[in-house]
Amino acid sequence: MSQPVLTVDDLSVRIAGLHILQGVSFTVAPTGVTVLLGRNGVGKTTTLRAVVGLTPRNGEVDGTVRMGEQSLLDRPTHRLVRGGLGYVPEDRCVFAGLTVAENLRLAERRGSTPAYDRVFALFPELDRRSRQRAGSLSGGQQQMLAIGRVLLNDNRLLLVDEPTKGLAPKVVTEVAEVLERVAESVPVLLVEQNLAVVRRLARDAVVLAAGKVAWAGDAQELLSETALTRSLLGVGSAEAHDATPAAARKDGH
Amino acid sequence: MDAIILLTLTGLGLAALYFLVASGLSLVFGLADVLNFAHGLFLGVGAYATWWAAGNLPGAGADGLGFVVAVAFGVAAGTLMAVLVELVLIRPLYSRTIEQVLVTVGLSLAGVALLQATWGADARPFPRPEWTRQVTTILGAQVPNGGLLLIIAAVLVLAAILAFLQWTRYGLIIRAGVENREMVTALGIDVRKAFTLVFAIGGAAAALAGALGSVYFGTVSPQQGGSLLIFAFIVVVIGGMGSVVGSAYAAVAVGLLQQFVNYYGTSGLGDICVVALLAVVLLLRPQGIAGKAAIA
Amino acid sequence: MTEVKSPEVPAPPAAVPAELTGGRVSRLRPYLPLLVLVVAVILPYSTLHLPGIFEGALNSPGTLQLLAVCLVFGGLAAGYDLLFGRTGMLSFGHALYFAAGVYGTDILITRAGLPLWQAAPLAIVGGTILAGLIGAVALRTVGIAFAMVTLAFAQVGAILVARDFGGLTGGEEGLPLDVSGLPAGLVGVANTVNLYWLALAYLVVVVLVVHRVSGSPTGRVLAGLRDDERRIGVLGLDPYRFKLVAFTLAGGLAAAGGVVYCLIVGGASPHITSSELTLSLLVMVVLGGPGTRWGPVLGGILYMYLDHRLVSFGSSGAVEALPAFLSRPLSEPLFVLGTVFILAVYFFPGGLASLAPRLALLRDALRPGRRRED
Repeated sequence: MSQPVLTVDDLSVRIAGLHILQGVSFTVAPTGVTVLLGRNGVGKTTTLRAVVGLTPRNGEVDGTVRMGEQSLLDRPTHRLVRGGLGYVPEDRCVFAGLTVAENLRLAERRGSTPAYDRVFALFPELDRRSRQRAGSLSGGQQQMLAIGRVLLNDNRLLLVDEPTKGLAPKVVTEVAEVLERVAESVPVLLVEQNLAVVRRLARDAVVLAAGKVAWAGDAQELLSETALTRSLLGVGSAEAHDATPAAARKDGH
Repeated sequence: MDAIILLTLTGLGLAALYFLVASGLSLVFGLADVLNFAHGLFLGVGAYATWWAAGNLPGAGADGLGFVVAVAFGVAAGTLMAVLVELVLIRPLYSRTIEQVLVTVGLSLAGVALLQATWGADARPFPRPEWTRQVTTILGAQVPNGGLLLIIAAVLVLAAILAFLQWTRYGLIIRAGVENREMVTALGIDVRKAFTLVFAIGGAAAALAGALGSVYFGTVSPQQGGSLLIFAFIVVVIGGMGSVVGSAYAAVAVGLLQQFVNYYGTSGLGDICVVALLAVVLLLRPQGIAGKAAIA
Repeated sequence: MTEVKSPEVPAPPAAVPAELTGGRVSRLRPYLPLLVLVVAVILPYSTLHLPGIFEGALNSPGTLQLLAVCLVFGGLAAGYDLLFGRTGMLSFGHALYFAAGVYGTDILITRAGLPLWQAAPLAIVGGTILAGLIGAVALRTVGIAFAMVTLAFAQVGAILVARDFGGLTGGEEGLPLDVSGLPAGLVGVANTVNLYWLALAYLVVVVLVVHRVSGSPTGRVLAGLRDDERRIGVLGLDPYRFKLVAFTLAGGLAAAGGVVYCLIVGGASPHITSSELTLSLLVMVVLGGPGTRWGPVLGGILYMYLDHRLVSFGSSGAVEALPAFLSRPLSEPLFVLGTVFILAVYFFPGGLASLAPRLALLRDALRPGRRRED
């Protein structure tokens, strides 16, 4: 097997006295989608945020995280991102008061040409709506913008946190299609609750439970074993095979 | 009728002063979450530096172009002070909000005491260029030129800040940072450079307020900044923290209310009405007029 | 914030083997406050001269008055800490309730001619109600906005006093207390000692109330609010009501301090309504150690002492001899205190109270073989 793009070793995170991650270790393959699974509140988002250096001030992080040879912890977020770590946060976090064009322009960097052609090829909608305020976009369009913003630069790895959360079924499919195309050229570490999307995209899976890695391996293998899926993720086979996101997540916006 | 025009224009003069102080305060708070009690000190430094320059700096003077040079020197001093405060005192406490407030509190106490130690506690006469001592007749009302100067300066500063926020890369970063600072860093931008910048802008505006406010009042004293600062805080809260345009609206509302009530009611009643306005706004709309956004 | 857990009530002596805690001194520790109290009570009987520390003998009226003011501010700071250190509320308007006590007493006695035993309770009740009403509005905001709103309300108090509405407050001149109707024991230079004891009693009452509250279930909720307000919300408790209780109680304690202060200085002057006074309270608490048992008390006493003594320090020969650029700032007490405060925020985030455990660690490190067990 080729060198992993990301190596997380014995990662621990405490926030306000709560030991959220207790020695998490896993790797992300240099191609394809690795999905991070687990029940609500198990620390999936905490893991992504620790990797990209966004643990809150009252949190403590221990362990090592390496991208290639480079150690990531203790480096400020903006350096990591410039070093090729793209981050698409939970709830999209587009700048609602800025226009679509401004949201994209913010991601431009000195010394590199922004790949607008790539972004607009994936999301022609963003080109058409460039003067619209991001806050007035639909949830799906905001997600496209959040992903497009990151694709404006070349990345070595993308961290994508629950991109289909709260979206309509048709839009979920669109987002999944886009991520599938994106993953052809750059590896993705994905947090995703919708098992239909996981089934479609993921090659490897890492399952967190009680602050530790409970299972890691081939994603399709995990999903094909109903009992295993149920015990690890707390969802039954009926939901696992259901393509509608509403069944998997009811807390959408 | 004359009285109403006069009160409106002097109220707007007061509003201009509040806006100059509040705009920087609001940007600093909106972007960096720092409640800057030392902001009044920037104003004091601007005023005293202008006063000093008018008497001592070669090329500067109390009138004409020399006075412009003196004010420019005062603004530069205030800006420098603000940048130093950010770099030396605020930055090491990055994202520790309470400690940052405490440090600015200490700085405001020590700084005012230092001004007092250096130039005395009493108010000193401030150089007033000939034009600002006169009045202009507007629709029959005799309006002091010092107040008009403040209004003109505030409008220019408002336009300049808005143009900066709208058209420059750093303006874009500041607008985005006021909305969601963390996400700005997650796009690969070092947002702390923008912190220094908003402190510089705020320091410059406050120093200008110090210089022109002293021209308007005719005196300069170490405590001047502190009393203005409280009303500037009120303006910031009413306008919505982080919003420059909100600050402008709120400054006009507060300035006019204060001036009219103080004139037609008892002196001091206007100040109390301003606090009542604050209470009403908070009860109806806790996020202020504009909510959290740099423009709008 | 950094760890602001109070170095809690020392365990009952029997539970701590003496050899682990360092012998005789530690066994006496629980009684140390009592000892200090006894010393403080009998202090006015001493004719000791402490040159450089106090101008007159310990029992001279001037020294006793300074000490009384220090004690009142020790109590005020302890009351303010109920908000800042123990509940995490950053109020910038605490001077208002203190001023309500001072001016309330003064106006009721001097203008309305009430006897002290009526005026004092009325002023305290009035200050408490005021705190309750303003808290009810201000607590709709949180964090920094709360700070600004309390500041604004306190400013109204300052304006009301300064503009002298209805001719009650004496405006900028202040309002000297009419002492003709006061009990004889509280009037006159010779009776300063009684005022000193009154101030000491006030401090003791505040300390007892604050400790009682913070040890109670309510106090644990308040500490929870300080650490993480959402957690309290999750427990089904209403943060607003608990915060309002703390705010009102602290306001009442401050008003009571105002009554005592009014008697000590014999009147009211507008500077006690200024925002600077609230900022000073904050400085006292942070310097002393927020959320600790004795830190705020010590901070308040020390701050007021320095504030008074630095003036004479500034005009002393040693400072006068320095070049002007040094001597002038050093003669401004607020310059020195503000600078010390900034340094304390950086280097001693726990304040004076954090120094004691550090010193203990140092002592133990210097004594090999007798390591403290943590």
